[in-house]
Amino acid sequence: MEFSEHIKTANVEDVVLRRPFHPPMQGTLCVTGHHLLFSNRDGDSSRLVLLLLRNIDAIEKRPSGSSGTITLKCKDLCVLQLDIPGMEECLNIARSIEYLSSLDIVSDMYPFFYRPLKLSLQDQWGLSSAEQNYAQMEELQDRWRLSHVNKDYSVCPSYPPAVIVPHSIDDETLVKVAKFRQGGRFPVLCYYHRKNGMVIMRSSQPLTGANRKRCREDELLLQAVIDGSGLGYIIDTRSNQQAQQARMTGGGFESKSSYSCWKRLHRQLERGKVLQESLIKLVEACGDHSHSVDRWLSKLENSKWLSHVHTALATAGLLAECVERDGHSVLVHGSEGTDTTLLVSSLAQLILDPKTRTLAGFLGLLEREWLLAGHPFQQRCAHSAYSHARLRLEAPVFVLLLDCVWQLARQFPLAMGFSEPLLLRLAMEVYASDYGTFLCNSDQERCAAGVKERTHCLFQFLLKPSERERYSNPLYEPTELAIWPSVQPQSLQLWRGLFLRWTQHAVHLEKAQEELRNLVIECRGAS
Amino acid sequence: MMEHIRTPKVENVRLIDRTAPRKATVGTLYLSATHTIFVENNPETRRETWVLHSMVASVERPPTTPSGSHLVVHTKNFQVVQLLIPQERDAMDVQASLARLSRPEKYSELYCLSINPNANKEEREESWSFLDLQADYRRMGVPNNLWVSTPANSEYRVCDTYPSELFVPKSATPPVIVGSSKFRSRGRLPVLTYFHQDTLAAICRCSQPLSGFSARSQDDEQMLEAIMKSNPSSDYIYVVDTRPKLNAMANRAAGKGYENEDHYTNIKLQFIGIENIHVMRNSQQKIIDVGELKTPSMGDFLLGLESSGWLKHIKAVLDAGVFIAKAVAEEGISVVVHCSDGWDRTAQACSVASVLLEPYYRTMKGLMLLIERDWVSFGHKFSHRYNHLEGDSKEVSPVIDQFLECVWQLSEQFPCAFEFNERFLVQLHRHVYSCQYGNFLGNSQKERRDMGLRERTHSLWHQLWKDRAQYANPLYRADHTQTQGMLRPNTSPYCFKMWKGMYNRVEKSAPPRQTPTDLLTAVREETQQLEEELTNHQERIAALRKGDQTKGNAGQKTNKVCEEECRPGGLAPPTGDGPFTSPPQDYFPSQGGPPGPAMTLLLGPSKGPGPDDLSSACSDMESGVADLSSPDDSKDPDEAVYCTA
Repeated sequence: MEFSEHIKTANVEDVVLRRPFHPPMQGTLCVTGHHLLFSNRDGDSSRLVLLLLRNIDAIEKRPSGSSGTITLKCKDLCVLQLDIPGMEECLNIARSIEYLSSLDIVSDMYPFFYRPLKLSLQDQWGLSSAEQNYAQMEELQDRWRLSHVNKDYSVCPSYPPAVIVPHSIDDETLVKVAKFRQGGRFPVLCYYHRKNGMVIMRSSQPLTGANRKRCREDELLLQAVIDGSGLGYIIDTRSNQQAQQARMTGGGFESKSSYSCWKRLHRQLERGKVLQESLIKLVEACGDHSHSVDRWLSKLENSKWLSHVHTALATAGLLAECVERDGHSVLVHGSEGTDTTLLVSSLAQLILDPKTRTLAGFLGLLEREWLLAGHPFQQRCAHSAYSHARLRLEAPVFVLLLDCVWQLARQFPLAMGFSEPLLLRLAMEVYASDYGTFLCNSDQERCAAGVKERTHCLFQFLLKPSERERYSNPLYEPTELAIWPSVQPQSLQLWRGLFLRWTQHAVHLEKAQEELRNLVIECRGAS
Repeated sequence: MMEHIRTPKVENVRLIDRTAPRKATVGTLYLSATHTIFVENNPETRRETWVLHSMVASVERPPTTPSGSHLVVHTKNFQVVQLLIPQERDAMDVQASLARLSRPEKYSELYCLSINPNANKEEREESWSFLDLQADYRRMGVPNNLWVSTPANSEYRVCDTYPSELFVPKSATPPVIVGSSKFRSRGRLPVLTYFHQDTLAAICRCSQPLSGFSARSQDDEQMLEAIMKSNPSSDYIYVVDTRPKLNAMANRAAGKGYENEDHYTNIKLQFIGIENIHVMRNSQQKIIDVGELKTPSMGDFLLGLESSGWLKHIKAVLDAGVFIAKAVAEEGISVVVHCSDGWDRTAQACSVASVLLEPYYRTMKGLMLLIERDWVSFGHKFSHRYNHLEGDSKEVSPVIDQFLECVWQLSEQFPCAFEFNERFLVQLHRHVYSCQYGNFLGNSQKERRDMGLRERTHSLWHQLWKDRAQYANPLYRADHTQTQGMLRPNTSPYCFKMWKGMYNRVEKSAPPRQTPTDLLTAVREETQQLEEELTNHQERIAALRKGDQTKGNAGQKTNKVCEEECRPGGLAPPTGDGPFTSPPQDYFPSQGGPPGPAMTLLLGPSKGPGPDDLSSACSDMESGVADLSSPDDSKDPDEAVYCTA
């Protein structure tokens, strides 16, 4: 594709750029296929501002006399303003931005063009394979096996080629189970609790439908999961009522009569449109500059964002409690099993498993539980909180995960090997990135588009020594214990670092962080 | 006091953990003259919980249950102790005793006055001489050629709620001083409280003028004129009325009110809108209720927070301070601050402004001096506001609570700017109510002098100073940029948070169970000795190159954490019936562990904050799980079993 045909005006002089925390800056604006480039030469020093067009969520243009003003609302929640002399230039640029910021074809996106000198496309893409993960967990190998039944993605298009299932269940059975689960997402192992051998499984809903269809193979598989321990829990991320209603559209739940050894617990987690609207309301509240505390608190409450954080953490806590305290295996699913299911299962792993709390471990968790497990990133993160476009499949499930992780890290400042800047960076990269990691909706799509050959891997990059330094937590003191978050509303806070990043001047807090970092290094150095 | 104790000892009492009602410890309850004490039966731990009678706000006795009678003790610093007493009769006795013991009728019944003042005379005298208010005025550069000390109030004749020594403009003659005081509510004339040496602008405070609809006083007008002229570079002053304008106008009908801008030349009147003590009392009760909600949903919590209005009031107080500080430091304009009587909102606004303006008031000693000046010496009615004696409940209001909270909110925005930590503020708050020290007794300097408190009680300030190691903020550096100059806080609504460390201490699992600063303190102490050794062995030149700064800091840090918290030195333990060998310690454990019910302390081998504590903190976190089963969705009978399992 030729981007140039969408760029009528590539350069404008004497543009004024206004952005948070900086004085207005005059300079030259330049539109390229993937970026807005703003440069200003002030005597000897020159400054360059580079903005990925993909990052732009909404654009508003306003004429004023012979010139025009473009307001750019970005997916990282920053709001910029460009004063452009010349009405025609302004409109041309606005048109280019509108088109180029919402490219649909994956291979047109910037990660396919990003070629930094320091990185090579030959470098490993991704952190680890299913085979490696399996090989590392010797304890589970006598009861669990690696199945390649999905090697050509034919059994479940959103699953990776290899998954872990009970030893006693053969591939043929898996194929049958997949037919009984929405999208073919049959129950697979996502976490093995070394302490007691209990596991967390995840899947999509069973397709029991209105006439309570059963699937012997599905029942067999689940029976094999709890073989010997007698009882398992199913955490359904929908309310009981929602699960009942799902039967009308062919979905359903595991009934007591067919799955007598499994106990269902319902916890309603919002997703989809409700979640997206919650984000929109929250961002709107954070941008309200009125000076009334009442109004702020009421808008914050009304957005319900913190309620979603609360429910997600509480459900993850419940799941972890079932595994660690009650000593039972758990299957978690909602409907499709690609959103709240992953949210709950990955938070529970952070609570239980110290390995996931290191920088590499956390990125590994995201790779396993989000990228390979088929969270549809491209659909969910097409737009963020500012977009005027009609909502389609957008939902900030991953941002909600990052928020919950931030809450955990805030409650346990010593337990995580990574720090807030990593979460902030991920929150930005998931919407607009130089890297190919969050492109597409599944492993299959990524392979088909050549993402792994033709783009760079964000996670690999974040683990390079230079970056590691920036994203690690200076206070990190590994603990083998589970970290049980408090889910009292008083204990949960608004994630200022993300949502008030551009409104509240966080410089004092950043300085304090820096000071803390220096002190710890100094102290540790001395001892 | 002993005659009020009907039952000195009750056995087989259960202390109930409010976050996990099924977890209870069995023990013996003792009532002493000064404390309620619960001692665990478990011979391994024998944990003790002490509650000072004067800290008890209320004792409720819900209907008796088959297992006995519950007593719910709410303390004045928002903690809750729940006991289960087997016999209803005992419970009634304990409740009746506590009701009386917690509401002393005479000052002499208070703890600080119930001890022998001469048991440790030297220490007592030393404790009172620790702070010198006059030295702080000198530090500000007062007196000088603009502001002088007046003897007018040396016998408290001009104003009996003011300090004996007052600073007024040099040009204010004695008749003007007296005349002005006659035109001000309760004689509280405009006098200096803070002088800004860089801009020569001053903060003065007073009460409302007795202006009514038309009255005027030439002396008072001259007084304000004199204040303006004491700042050579400016040609007007601000008069900040911290009340909502409507309230100020309503006062005119009672012959009071505010300055008429036609009568006073060159003043700019500014209303701030801090609500009165009654509104604040009700608001605080609401936020306490929010903190005590058992299992609120996020919506309950946020709506409760909103409808309490508490954060709105905190913002109003902070906004007042910001206005004054900006006028003084940025515009170089002097400010006269008043409200109605000039002892509540005025104290808040002036002291917040001082904290913003002057780095010194962000140190431990500086904050003590500030409280001593703007609150204690200027006649903030401590005994009335904090209910020291059984009295008029309409006089009670959390005025200084709000000041301390403003400081806390600021410390959240400027983590490196304050020498002290949250614990220091919590401890100050506690002692405003506790009456363990003589500092806050009475309602004015004159009352305290008449009671002879310096001769009969100990001073809190010195004790806090001795314990300063545990109140230190490890992020504070005297040379840090945040430490310098004026603080310019963001007062947008989203900057204000509920002060969990104050209002939500009942929640056992409440984070932060590990705080970075606790870790830092621990790591620092660990390396302390090594550091010192290193310094000792360094050659002199190397030491000099390191700079005095680090050496000075290291010197401060060497103060060992004092295990025995603030308690007047040399006090004998109360004559309780329990087998107590150490002085009562009903405080927070100073360890970095979880904030358990704050009044409990292990009397076992005491463990300082260290890495070990952090891991033990982790294991304690397990108790947090009880919260995890959300009540919202527990209607499914299947899972109800699980939730209560």
